[in-house]
Amino acid sequence: MTHLPDAPTPRRERSYTGRLVGLAALTAIVALLPLFLPNAFYFDVAIRIAILAVNGVALNLLMGYTGQISLGHAGFFGLGAYGSAVLTTHFGWSSLLALLAAAALTAVIAWGVARVILRLRGHYLAMATLGLGIIISIVLTNETAWTGGPDGMPVDGFSLFGFTLSGERRWYWVFGGLLIGTVILAQNLIDSPAGRALQALHGSETAASVAGIDVGRRKIAVFVLSATVAAILGSLSAHYSGYINPGIAGFMQSVELVIIVVLGGMASIYGSLLGAVVMGVLPQILAGYEGWDSVLFGVIMVVTMIFLPRGVVPSLTTRLRAVRFGRKGGATC
Amino acid sequence: MLTVTNLSKRFGGVHAVQEVSFTIPKGCVYSVIGPNGAGKTTLFNLISGLYTPTSGAIRFEGQEIGGAAPDTLAKRGMSRTFQNLQICKNLSAIENVMVGAHLTLNSNMFAGMFRWPGLSRADRTCRERAAALMERVGCGAFIKADAAAMPYGALKRLEIARALASEPKILFLDEPAAGLNHTETHGVQTLVADLARSGLTVVVVEHDMKLVMSVSDRILVLNYGRRLAEGAPAEIRENPDVIAAYLGADAEED
Amino acid sequence: MLSELLQFILSGVTLGAMYMLSALGFSMIYNASGVINFAQGEFIMVGGMAASFLSAAGMPLPLACVAGVMIAGLVGGLVERWAVAPARDAEVASVIIITIGVSMILRGLTEILLGKGNHGLPHFSGEAPIKFLGATILPQSLWVLAVGALIVLGLNLFFGRTRIGKGVLATSYDRLAAQLVGVDVRRVLTLSFVLSAGIGAVGGVLITPMSTVAYDTGMMLGLKGFVAATLGGLGSGPGAVFGGLFLGLIEALTAGYISSAYKDAVPFVLVFIVLVLRPQGLLGAKPTDRI
Repeated sequence: MTHLPDAPTPRRERSYTGRLVGLAALTAIVALLPLFLPNAFYFDVAIRIAILAVNGVALNLLMGYTGQISLGHAGFFGLGAYGSAVLTTHFGWSSLLALLAAAALTAVIAWGVARVILRLRGHYLAMATLGLGIIISIVLTNETAWTGGPDGMPVDGFSLFGFTLSGERRWYWVFGGLLIGTVILAQNLIDSPAGRALQALHGSETAASVAGIDVGRRKIAVFVLSATVAAILGSLSAHYSGYINPGIAGFMQSVELVIIVVLGGMASIYGSLLGAVVMGVLPQILAGYEGWDSVLFGVIMVVTMIFLPRGVVPSLTTRLRAVRFGRKGGATC
Repeated sequence: MLTVTNLSKRFGGVHAVQEVSFTIPKGCVYSVIGPNGAGKTTLFNLISGLYTPTSGAIRFEGQEIGGAAPDTLAKRGMSRTFQNLQICKNLSAIENVMVGAHLTLNSNMFAGMFRWPGLSRADRTCRERAAALMERVGCGAFIKADAAAMPYGALKRLEIARALASEPKILFLDEPAAGLNHTETHGVQTLVADLARSGLTVVVVEHDMKLVMSVSDRILVLNYGRRLAEGAPAEIRENPDVIAAYLGADAEED
Repeated sequence: MLSELLQFILSGVTLGAMYMLSALGFSMIYNASGVINFAQGEFIMVGGMAASFLSAAGMPLPLACVAGVMIAGLVGGLVERWAVAPARDAEVASVIIITIGVSMILRGLTEILLGKGNHGLPHFSGEAPIKFLGATILPQSLWVLAVGALIVLGLNLFFGRTRIGKGVLATSYDRLAAQLVGVDVRRVLTLSFVLSAGIGAVGGVLITPMSTVAYDTGMMLGLKGFVAATLGGLGSGPGAVFGGLFLGLIEALTAGYISSAYKDAVPFVLVFIVLVLRPQGLLGAKPTDRI
C-alpha cells in the first residue's frame, strides 16, 4: 500500500520579542484573573484548566515537536496521583517526599516502557501507548486494598514544613505559577539545540541520526520527561482535590489530552493553552446535557481536524501572516 | 583514510553488495558509479551505518566501523547526503543546517530548558555559520525560508550545507545531481570541486558521467554488487568491461 | 476439570468470534484507507441498538436484525463520506482524532435517542443451553460461531472472486495503481466502511441477546477488536480471524483460571507483548522503508 509520507507541521520561528510579549500576556492573565473570578467554583475551573494546560504542553513536546503519539498519557497522571496518595495515606510519608517518589517511580516505568515501544511508529505506537494507559487504569481499579478500587480514595492536603496548602485560591497560585514556569521552560527547550534535535526526529530520523543525534535516547528522554511532568501534576492535583478515582487515568482522559494538543496546535505551546481552555470550559457549559457533551466534543474534534488540520493556533497564525505579508515565504505548491 | 575489505550485504536472497574492496585516500574525490541496482547506495548505507554488513570489514582512520550506528560515525567525522532527500520539513531551512552542527553544541535537554550560560551565544554563532554555509553551497536566497517552501534543487544543496555543518573529515554525497537540470548540475560540479580544493575527502555516488569524470580523482565501478573496475577517470573511460556493463556487450561490436 | 476447560474454550471461542468480526472491520478499513477506525466499536453498538429498538417496537426479529445491520452500514458510509474522506491527507494523529470524534458523536447520539439503559434482543433459537461433553453452550453462541464462519467465507469469496472485491484489494495494495487501472477508489473507500460497519453490526446483533447492549458498549469492543487485528497483523484478513479467536480464548481462560477482574487487561498486555516482539503481528508482513 503506497502512502505519501505525511509532511510534519511546518513551524514558524518565534522572535525573541514575540516570546516576551506572549509571556507577559500570560503572566498578566494569571495574575489578574482572580479579580474576575466570583467564587471558589470558578477558581476550581481555572485550576483544572491550568492542569490540563501543563499536561498539554508536556504532551505536545512529545507529540507535536518530536512526532511521537501517546494515547495513554493519563496513565502517568494517575500513577503520580495514586503514588502520592498511597504513600501519604498508607505509609505516612510527607507530601513532598511522596510527590518526588511518585514522580521518580513514574519516570522509571516510563523509561522502561519507552525503551521497548519507541521504535514503533504511527498506529502501532498509538496502540502500545493506548494499551499501557488502559493497563494502568485497570490495575488502579482492581488493586482495591491499596487504591480503594473504583470508588477511589481520599487524599490529605499538601503539607510542607508544617504548613498545609489548602483552598482554591492558594492552589490557584501554585498551578498558575507552574503553568508560567512550564511555558518558559518549554520555549527554552524548543529554541535550544536539544529542542532542534527533537524536532529533527519528527522531520527525519535518518537525517537526525547521521547528524549525530542518538535517536533512541532522545525519544526516550522526551517521553520520560512528559510522563514525569504528568506524574507531578497528578500528585499535586490529588492533594488539591482531596480525592481521586481510577477514572483520572482512563482512556477518555488520555483522549482529552490528545485533543488539547491536536486541537490547539501540534508544535504550538500557546496552542496547547488554548486547547486546555476549550476542554476545561466546554464541560462546564455543557454540564447536564447528557449525551450532548459527547456529541459536541466529537463534532469539534472532527470539524477542527478537517478544516484546521494543524490545529487552531498554527492555522490562525499562518492566515494572519498571509494577510500581513502577502504570500511571501510560505507558499507551498 | 577509508578502507573497505570484502564487504558483503545480503537481503534475504538478494546479494546487494558482494565482496567489495577498495581504499579511499585522504583528500581524494572518489566516485562510485555503476548501472542501476549495482549496489551503490547500499554501499553508502553500509559505510554510513544505516545497514549492518553481512560480512567484511570497514576501517575508517584505522578503526573498524562496520555495524556502528550512524550517530557514532557522525562523531568520528563522517557526514552524508541522501538520494531521496531527508529534509526536516517541520523546521526552517537554516534550522536544518543547524541540526547538522548538532555535535558542536551543548545539546543537553536540561541545559536547553534552563538556558545554560553560553548556550544562546553558541546558538547564535551556529546560526551565523549556518547562514554562511547556505551561501557557500548556493542556496543563500533561502536563508529566511521554511524548508517546506523550498524547491527541489535548493533542498539538495541545503542537505549538503547540513552535511558540511558538522565540519566532517569525509563527506558522502548520494546522487547530488539527481533530478537536477544542466545548470543546476554544473553548480553541483563546481561546488564539489570547491570542497575538494579545501582538502575535504569527498565520496560521490552519481549517474551523471560528465560530473563524475570532471571532478573525480578516482572512480570505483560496481556491477551487480561486485567491484568491476577501479582507477583514474581516464582508465575507467577506456575500460572495456565498464563500457560493456553500461552499454551492453553488443555495443562493443559497433 | 476437562469439562471446565471445555467450558472456557467454548465461551472463549464465542467471544473470539465477536472480536474476529470487529477485527475484520478494522483490518478492512485499514487496508483500504490506512485509517484506524476508532469508531468501529460504535458500529457494533449501533447494529445491536437499532435491532433491539426495532424489535421492541414490534418488528419481527429477523427483519429487525437485518435492518439493524443495514442501518449500521449506512452510518458507516456516512462516516466515511462526511468525516474521513475530507481529511484523507492529514497526519496519522489527526485521523485518529477524527475517528475518536466520530465515536463520541455516535455514542452521544445514541445516548440522547435511546437513553443510557441496557437493551436486549430475544435469543434467536431459544435459551435452552445445549449440553456438550460436560460443558454447556447457548444456542445463541452457535449462531455467533456459524454466522461468523459464514461471513469469513463470504468475505473470502468477495475478495477473491468478485470484481468489486478485487478492486478493494487492489486499492489496499497501491491506491494510485488501482486508480490507474480504473478502480473507483472513492467508492471503494466508502464501501470498505459500509462493509466494516455491517460486519461489526452483525456481531453486535448476534451477541446482544447474550450480553445486552448500551450506548457505551462499543468502546471496549472496538478497542479489543483493534487489539485482535493488531495481534494477527493489521490489514491481514486471516490475521483478524486468528487474532480475534486467539484473543477470545486467552481472555476466557484468564477469566476462568487466573482472575476475572483482570480479564480486561489481557488484550492490552497481549498487544503490548506482540508489539514489542513482533509488531507486524503474528501473521503480518514486515514493513520496509527505502532510504
